[in-house]
Amino acid sequence: MRILVCISRTPDTTAKIAFTDNSTKFASEGVQWILNPYDEWYALVRAIEMKEKDPAAVVHLVTVGPVEVEPVMRKALALGGDEAIRVDAVPADAYQAAAMIAEVARGGSYDLVLTGKETIDQNGSSVGAMVAEFLDADMVGMAVSLDCEGGVARVTREIEGGEEVCEVPLPLVVSCQKGMAEARIPNMRGIMAARTKPLRVLSPAGVPALSEVVRYDLPASKAGVRLVPADRPEELVRLLHEEARII
Amino acid sequence: MSVLTYVDVSEGVVRKSSLEALCYGSQLAARLGVASEAVVLGGHPGDLSELGVYGVTRVHHVSDAGLDVFDTRRHAVVVSAAAGACGAVAVVLSHSLNGRALGPRLAVRLRAGYAAGVIALPETEGGFRVRRNVFSGKAQSEISIATPIRVLTVQPNAFGLTRGEGRAEVVSMSAPEGAGRVRVVETRRVTGTVPLGEAERVVSGGRGLKGPEHWGMVEELAELLGAATACSRAVADAHWRPHHEHVGQTGLAIAPNLYFAIGISGAIQHLAGVNRSKVIVVVNKDPEAPFFKAADYGIVGDAFEVMPKVIEAVRALRAG
Repeated sequence: MRILVCISRTPDTTAKIAFTDNSTKFASEGVQWILNPYDEWYALVRAIEMKEKDPAAVVHLVTVGPVEVEPVMRKALALGGDEAIRVDAVPADAYQAAAMIAEVARGGSYDLVLTGKETIDQNGSSVGAMVAEFLDADMVGMAVSLDCEGGVARVTREIEGGEEVCEVPLPLVVSCQKGMAEARIPNMRGIMAARTKPLRVLSPAGVPALSEVVRYDLPASKAGVRLVPADRPEELVRLLHEEARII
Repeated sequence: MSVLTYVDVSEGVVRKSSLEALCYGSQLAARLGVASEAVVLGGHPGDLSELGVYGVTRVHHVSDAGLDVFDTRRHAVVVSAAAGACGAVAVVLSHSLNGRALGPRLAVRLRAGYAAGVIALPETEGGFRVRRNVFSGKAQSEISIATPIRVLTVQPNAFGLTRGEGRAEVVSMSAPEGAGRVRVVETRRVTGTVPLGEAERVVSGGRGLKGPEHWGMVEELAELLGAATACSRAVADAHWRPHHEHVGQTGLAIAPNLYFAIGISGAIQHLAGVNRSKVIVVVNKDPEAPFFKAADYGIVGDAFEVMPKVIEAVRALRAG
């Protein structure tokens, strides 16, 4: 079993969101960077769990990004990845990133390509499905569980108001979300081992982006809360009914 | 030329999120001066011509039985063939659980610029620029797409439904050669509740409720309001409530018309998942709870004292 996990670097969940260069770039000054939680907690940890059950399995990690993303790649290696691949580019959109990842995936004949359900900065949910289309592979999105046996994956995915269990022959791309695995913390042995695990850097293939971000904006702030005294909760209900007209 | 909207019937019904996508598609078509058309895959028991009230003039129905299963690979083949057949300049889907898996595939297949979860119609003067939420609702971005065809998914609850008169012409379309490989072995439904992602009202509880045994007030208010129930991450992690109810940065991001938060302090990660709600109500006994800064209405008080009275007042309102 060969598993490729797509990982991404995102600002920490508590990072201050601000923009520079005439509102065209994220202000990264002083920002703490983390492994995108969905990639780490669900896609990567599930891959590692599968490897623990099947010692012959290998888990490779791939990301598209500049050299600054290497610390989070080392963290992913510390959690249990065998080898990391960085495509040395700053992608302008998901299409470009996915094309570069698909190139890596093609070369590695993977049975499974896993992603998180989305990154917490761009929230696009795009890369996994795009990689699948580039590879003409099957893809199941928003998965909450995944098991493989005899060349067939059994995947449970979220549907509106429930879950669907499906079986799909490998190779397969799966986007992972909560339920897939429990978050782990790298242990000291993992951290030590990660220092010497291979981290390959590849030059990007010449793929154009099809879209670009031309501007970022922060939402207008709220007018302020209207407080209702605790001993008159019926006043809250009246306001919601008559003023906000929401109930 | 046309704007083609993918209407998802894979769960036997046309959900509100798909109707929102249809309305978006029709208004986008009007803005671009092209026809609004739709495509439906798989069997559908209802009368598809009725989709005409959402401004669509033609519905392409590909009724092959094999398309009843939602299969991203197979669906992308069929929808992109439909897009080619009707000369689509844009393909619109809902940013629903299915749409967000199908949209990106279509974009690659059609070599189209892609914008996920758009929240407004695009600017089409001198280009094609469209807005979406980023940083988990903490910011918005404007995406410029230069390709002659675009694929857009529409954020649920961001675009209102408009109904008019009219019936659509329904045309049968045969599916391109091929078959899907996904086999559905089981479907589990949570019955009797409103799906959180498309709920117009959400009642949510946090650690301030002290334990799962106190969720009666959340459920009672939700039932009275026709709302879905949700919770904070701490609550889901403590297994007081199922994980699919967790809203926040690493849970589900929602944008209901009303978000009623009880006993939730409003950490930045929680706000990221709910700050696009139209009206936020917070009940918390801590006047310093950060949630009050993001709220529209609030009560500083003990939920166990306040909520029974709120529920009583809502019940009286409903009865009156």
